[in-house]
Amino acid sequence: MRRLRFLFLAPAAGIVVLLFFVPLAILLGYAALTRGAYGGAGAPWTLENWVRLADPLYVGILARSVAVAAVSTALCLVLGFPLAWFIARAGRRKNLWLALVMLPFWTSFLVRTYAWMFLLRDTGLFNTALLKLGLIAEPLPLLYNYGAVILGLVYGYLPFMVLPLFATLERLDKSLLEAAGDLGARPWQAQWRVVVPLAAPGIRAGALLVFIPCLGAYLTPDLLGGGKTILIGTLIQNQFTNSRDWPFGSAASLALMAVVLALLMLQVRKKQEDLL
Amino acid sequence: MKRALGLYATALYLFLHLPLAVLAVFSFNRSRFTLWEGFSLNWYTAAARNEQLMEATWNSLVIAAVATAAATVVGTLCAYGLWKKPARWLSTSLTLSLVTPEIVLGIALLAFFQWVFRFLNVKLGLDTVILAHVSFSIAYVVIVVLARLRTFDPGLEEAALDLGATESQAFRRVTLPQLLPAVAAAALLAFTISFDDYVITSLVAGVDSETLPMVLYAMARRGANPMVNAVSTVIVLGLGLLVIVSERLRES
Repeated sequence: MRRLRFLFLAPAAGIVVLLFFVPLAILLGYAALTRGAYGGAGAPWTLENWVRLADPLYVGILARSVAVAAVSTALCLVLGFPLAWFIARAGRRKNLWLALVMLPFWTSFLVRTYAWMFLLRDTGLFNTALLKLGLIAEPLPLLYNYGAVILGLVYGYLPFMVLPLFATLERLDKSLLEAAGDLGARPWQAQWRVVVPLAAPGIRAGALLVFIPCLGAYLTPDLLGGGKTILIGTLIQNQFTNSRDWPFGSAASLALMAVVLALLMLQVRKKQEDLL
Repeated sequence: MKRALGLYATALYLFLHLPLAVLAVFSFNRSRFTLWEGFSLNWYTAAARNEQLMEATWNSLVIAAVATAAATVVGTLCAYGLWKKPARWLSTSLTLSLVTPEIVLGIALLAFFQWVFRFLNVKLGLDTVILAHVSFSIAYVVIVVLARLRTFDPGLEEAALDLGATESQAFRRVTLPQLLPAVAAAALLAFTISFDDYVITSLVAGVDSETLPMVLYAMARRGANPMVNAVSTVIVLGLGLLVIVSERLRES
């Protein structure tokens, strides 16, 4: 049995080590090297890349990324909570309603982001319609700003918020609400003081599931934000393409990874549970 | 209160689905501008005649098919092993790979491949993309298959063993047949994720391995192009169908 189980786990373990841990270890190595004259990396070993991360320019980019991710997460929560409540109370049809939230999410993230470019760009649907109706004389600058990035992130990751919220709200004992009503609470009071506290585990899980991908997002800020919104994902990508500064890019990636890990540890400690 | 909630939910469902619906409608527009000028299939035929798009589609299909096959086999075996006896470090590692930002995973793999290439005479191409896709798809397969295994009665395999089956016979002839719908669901999911990936793929792809999302991404950035709408519509319908089938299999 021992040997057989080893055979079952070995391929996955091998791939995880070779294509996940070893690459991360190589980044750790790169982060300690000096950038070469032609974009390579080599001796001497240095801590300079880590020191550079403390530069106000980069601290600012990280702070902006955290702010964008936090606003997107908050919007997902505010928009997603009533929707999750609606689905949890939808009776027999709830699987259908839930599927309608998840379906676009699983199809194509790229197409979903492109759909907003199509709607928001200068020659896009909104501007064309408004121009045609004579409501505006010049196209509105709807695309390539932080608002568009946040809209894209909320649109992209709303399902990640709705799913865990739905899971906790569905299990909620309905008689608690009736009890609150009997004791004189108004419906919104019962929502706010009974339902929301009981849904706290779902809120935490949803917030984490949305915040983490928003923080490291690359595709959405690049397509909907254009060159005007530099967030940490774009910064990292730039170091490996245009700037060709692999050592610094490696340090920035590992810093992002550290933030993600710290958030994950908080959640795991709060609730002794793994995703798998 | 109840009506307000219903209205709100309707508005949010429109928010989720209308952008894609509008995109699809305008893929049938005769004009290249965002003004409706009548129905036409021009952009579909133009896309079908575009060699770069077709080659990229072929690449994407090959990559997704090979990566899915590998990830499904490896992930299913792994899920089975974890079901028999949990291995905390392995499930934690898989969870970790799932929450790692794509951009970090992509550049880590790029750095890894460049480092390996110093010793081997190879370069970035289809094979590096496939390896990357296998590595990020396994966790999804494990999640789907393990969820199904946890609903199984371990007593069935024990009964098979008592009746004289070997361990591998018990797996192949008792557990695997019941598990196949979940394995198929996992495979469809992995295929969808692989086919759609842009961030990691664009970093580890070579000049001869451009994928469909890479071509679409470049086209979308260059400016309005109804051909992108046409291809997007086909992708959403195709992948949407796979997801629906996958969901059905998972629930069956």
